[in-house]
Amino acid sequence: MKPLIVATLLGLLTSVSAAQTIAIVGGTVHTVGPQGSIENATVIITDGRIAAVGSDIKPPDGANVIDASGKVVTPGLFTPDGYLGLVEVGLSAGPLDAVQRGEQFTASFDVAEAFNPRSTLIAINRIEGITRALIVPRAAEPDLLGYTSNVISGLAAVVNLSGNTNSLDRRAAALVVNLGEGGVAYAGTSRASAQLLLRNALDEALDYREHGDAFERGQHRDYTLSLTDLEALQGVIAGDIPLFANVDRASDIAALIRLSDDYNIRAIVSGGAEAWMHAEELAAAKIAVILGPADNLPANFDRINARSESAAILAAADVRVMFADGDGHTHNARNIMQSAGNATVAGLSWDDSLRAITLTPAEVYGVADRVGSIEVGKIADVIIWPADPLELTSYPDQVFINGKSLPMTSRQTLLRDRYRDITSDEPPAYRN
Amino acid sequence: MKRLLVAILAATLLAACESEPADDRTASFTSIYKARSSGATLLRGATVLTGTGERLDNSDVLIVDGKIVEVGEGLSHDGAELVDADGKWLTPGVIDVHSHLGVYPSPSTESHSDGNEISAPVTAEVWAEHSVWPHDPGFVAALAGGVTSMQILPGSANLMGGRGVTLKNVPGRSVMEMKFPAAPHGFKMACGENPKRVYGGRGVAPTTRMGNVAGYRAAWIEAADYRDKMAAAADGKGEAPTRDLKLETLAGVLDGEILVHNHCYRGDEMAVMLDIAKEFGYKISAFHHAVEAYKIADLLAENDTCAAMWADWWGFKMEAYDGIRENAALVEIAGACAIIHSDSGIGIQKLNQETAKVIGAAARSGVDILPEVAIQWITKNAAKSLGIDDVTGTLEAGKMADVVLWNGDPFSVYTRAERVYVDGALAYDRNNPSINPVTDFTLGTAASAGGAQ
Repeated sequence: MKPLIVATLLGLLTSVSAAQTIAIVGGTVHTVGPQGSIENATVIITDGRIAAVGSDIKPPDGANVIDASGKVVTPGLFTPDGYLGLVEVGLSAGPLDAVQRGEQFTASFDVAEAFNPRSTLIAINRIEGITRALIVPRAAEPDLLGYTSNVISGLAAVVNLSGNTNSLDRRAAALVVNLGEGGVAYAGTSRASAQLLLRNALDEALDYREHGDAFERGQHRDYTLSLTDLEALQGVIAGDIPLFANVDRASDIAALIRLSDDYNIRAIVSGGAEAWMHAEELAAAKIAVILGPADNLPANFDRINARSESAAILAAADVRVMFADGDGHTHNARNIMQSAGNATVAGLSWDDSLRAITLTPAEVYGVADRVGSIEVGKIADVIIWPADPLELTSYPDQVFINGKSLPMTSRQTLLRDRYRDITSDEPPAYRN
Repeated sequence: MKRLLVAILAATLLAACESEPADDRTASFTSIYKARSSGATLLRGATVLTGTGERLDNSDVLIVDGKIVEVGEGLSHDGAELVDADGKWLTPGVIDVHSHLGVYPSPSTESHSDGNEISAPVTAEVWAEHSVWPHDPGFVAALAGGVTSMQILPGSANLMGGRGVTLKNVPGRSVMEMKFPAAPHGFKMACGENPKRVYGGRGVAPTTRMGNVAGYRAAWIEAADYRDKMAAAADGKGEAPTRDLKLETLAGVLDGEILVHNHCYRGDEMAVMLDIAKEFGYKISAFHHAVEAYKIADLLAENDTCAAMWADWWGFKMEAYDGIRENAALVEIAGACAIIHSDSGIGIQKLNQETAKVIGAAARSGVDILPEVAIQWITKNAAKSLGIDDVTGTLEAGKMADVVLWNGDPFSVYTRAERVYVDGALAYDRNNPSINPVTDFTLGTAASAGGAQ
């Protein structure tokens, strides 16, 4: 019954142009904004933006009215880490465009240039509620030519999952660096060398800011970094671009806090298995943390104190938390609601869990003026759910990005439908 | 027939698990697991998913001396510890058919990497149990997720990776203290990308999928010859060949004593593997990681071969590109045996959640899977593929009291295993952490206090 209704809805909605007004009526709306949660509410979308939200709003004449009675409406979900649009198949099948290797470009390596909005991963994750993502560069094993990755991986970008050619929301939303055990692999011998490389890069960026003109005239010492990398770092030392640090061990997180203090720069912890041990300091330094809350095993010696309650402990100390799917498994970025749901059992409030996968990443990456919550004036990324979005059995009925209702199909639903009747005599290739 | 033999064997060994094995060849590495002593426990007023496909509301489960005695309404038993399970759910203990706990333990240092004997494409002579580190913190974390038994397998680098071992999820100083009494060995085979990548990378066979198949067939020809010569010698015809650990394992598969667990992603490759099994007269108990099982679910049903699947892993390599969330549900409605497995120290802690994601995905496509059916994917069907369904996997009188008390619907993200019983003994209590096991490795870390809870 339900699929039929959804199919009918879809038929109606796809014929609606973005310029038209859409009214989603009757649902419980979790705005994740100042209006909080509203029962039996109406959301009006006009020209791709939220025009009104509230319980006493009548749909304007001519609006396309969508009945969301008994359903739950939330902002689109935002995955704060991963490689969406930078990879199709992880292993032995084509390039992984997220990987930075070689000395020539480090800080200036910008994944935005490689993003593919038509990747199959986009629709597969979109139909399950992911509407925005941070895409990041990453380090990897040396390649066959011996090129190695660096402590500084490069620039991350915010994208949307509309599938449109122009899906870039914000370039240079963060600068990715590898500290701790990861940093050791790329810095040489010790996590101390990783710190040193990073500090040297920031020192050179500061020096270049002061003496760039003299350098251009050939009246200044050489830098170890390339000019493009020094330029890319200017946003970091100015406090505009946060350092996105892959780091787990408490002592390495403490070192990151010192570094961000010494240079007066912003930072984000990704991984953060032991971040809970420095919750107060992270809160004071306004450093947000990206977690996989189910990741509770001492998988290596950097994660010896990993625990399920990390998110709740951090949130209680006023650290902003976000969730990425457990092992950076980009293909399943769609599972961040499972992580958020699990965090509630360990003590994070339901509201904070929903915030962690919507508004918080938008704030941390500097796009909260446009997305992350259902507020008047913001871009209309809206999901209609049949029930609690954090619940495992709950999949979206309808996804809107930029105010547009998008088809609820993907390569996976097509495969499913082709093989659903296994008794069919028709060969699968003819079941279209 | 085979099932009956296994049952008789199991009953015999259970009755006398301390007695001296008669045959020298089996004297080593036999289970010395002893259930912890327990009295009688009566869990009352729960929603019971029996694992047999039934759901019983407001019902009780009575456990006495490690066995399930009765399941039903209004039970009583003198002297039993009463557990109020009102509003809670009871299921059989969760069983994971695909785990590398102990062979790829936490922490995952190079020193601990003992799951793949990557020295030849056929290493049927190795046994996973000889790599199991019993102090892997992952065992305790899995217990908190309701897992009472699991199969530890060699990795998938090789065409034939060696024997798997089924364990009770109990702390032990040696693997023998954890081994599931009288469970048959598993045998790990692997299709597809992994063997050809590992050996192809070294310029030795197999470098292709056709090379993979030639490799399996050559091994089975050798094994059949060994088995025949052994049998002839036993009949006084000719000399017995020198004992060969590799061929002994393969002959055990051909004789049906060792159950094949075949890592295989693609539907077309599973079909080829079923034909190889026909050619040499063995049975494939389960395909593991069967990402495309939905494409050949009818074949699986015909061959009585289970498909062990993830809920949603896909795309991390080419042979996983066609993964769909509804996979297990489509296998189920085709009448085949569906299993949800983990292959992960994190996934094994939430097999109930992985199952729930499939239930939800199936529902969105109009396929209703009831909780009493879905629970079988992580209990009864898993036990069947391991050859232990005669003694565990369901809540039925006479079976091992491997039981999970959930503090709600096990398919809700907000639910946790509250109590886990292994052979009737309370092995884990979420509300009383002081009784829970702590591994040597996690002593003194926050993980022992919180991480594994």
